[in-house]
Amino acid sequence: MNILFTAKGKEWDSPMDPRFGRAMYLLVYNTVSDKMDVIDNSAVDEEAHGAGTKTSSVVAGIAPDIIITGNGPGGNAASVLAATGVKLYTGAGEMKVEEAYNAWKNNLLEEFKF
Amino acid sequence: MKIAIASGKGGTGKTTISTNLALSMASDHRVLLADMDVEEPDSALFIKGNHLEERIVTRDIPVWDSDRCTLCGECQEICNFNAVVRIASQIMIFPNLCHSCYACSELCRDEALPMKPSRIGVITRSEQGNLTFVEGRIDIGQEQAVPLIKSVGEYIESIADKDTVVIMDSPPGSSCPVMEVVGQSDFVILVTEPTPFGLNDLQIAVETVRKLGKPFGVIINRSTLGNSAVADYCRAERIRVIASIPNSLNIARIYSAGGLSCGMDPDMSREIGKVKAFIKLIS
Repeated sequence: MNILFTAKGKEWDSPMDPRFGRAMYLLVYNTVSDKMDVIDNSAVDEEAHGAGTKTSSVVAGIAPDIIITGNGPGGNAASVLAATGVKLYTGAGEMKVEEAYNAWKNNLLEEFKF
Repeated sequence: MKIAIASGKGGTGKTTISTNLALSMASDHRVLLADMDVEEPDSALFIKGNHLEERIVTRDIPVWDSDRCTLCGECQEICNFNAVVRIASQIMIFPNLCHSCYACSELCRDEALPMKPSRIGVITRSEQGNLTFVEGRIDIGQEQAVPLIKSVGEYIESIADKDTVVIMDSPPGSSCPVMEVVGQSDFVILVTEPTPFGLNDLQIAVETVRKLGKPFGVIINRSTLGNSAVADYCRAERIRVIASIPNSLNIARIYSAGGLSCGMDPDMSREIGKVKAFIKLIS
């Protein structure tokens, strides 16, 4: 299973990025291979509009099974993600990536209703 | 002659100046007042004309034809505004991000993104004596004012002759909608107030108007309030102060009742008279 985190850094102990559309890094953890892929999403900073659709199209290309983030996506991003069928969990914006992963495993995060 | 009544800060009196000036000038001149603050038009509250026309305004948005599409994804790459997204089995279009540039539609090799008109707002026209009043009003939920403001500009071009004085009540601020109105004008009047906010936003507006290369002057509204910083700034920058309207309970009372104070309040009548004289001078 692939789990995608929105983060401000590239490591397990990096802080999560509470923003979805403007997330600086997308970290993709494969639970089978125990490998973490890092996608630098910081170029989205230059987008005046459409950060949500841009990031969600990147995420749709990765096709993770689960997304763990902070505040949750905005309307445009949510409609893209809804069409991909991915599950999304919010409420991890103030955690480190590892804490967010553990919180999800312990059912402490809220599932986003598309 | 097209005069944009703009401001940096909101609530400084653009509509008060626009409506009073337009109706006062209409006593001996053909005048067209256009409310181009399409996201919150309010000049109509002060103009009681006969309704003549209503025109629906549209802009073209791509519509996905799933039968023709081969999901190559080039449209997503081409779009500069992140308005087109390809996911595994479909193309999604986000009309509020789309700038109607046609790139995705024209460059689609499968011709799967035909452009279709989509309603964005309405233009209305009414008449009160010598005064023609045109209003642009954007539909609820639309996020882009500029296409509608452009359409209002084209509509004005189609109905106003050369001798008509066009007064354009602009949106506040200094972003794209304001630049669109200013860009259509021959002269800009910036309405401000003598407060720190008024000064700060006036400076941004001045910078914008200068960049657009338009001649401009300033009206200081509620000029007896606050401090002298706006007047000092105008003097230092050699900006013409066309009129100064004092802070007046009487003007506020008339405004609040939906009335026009020019002709009813001596201060407003005198200062609007100065603006009229100035416009005659530059016409």
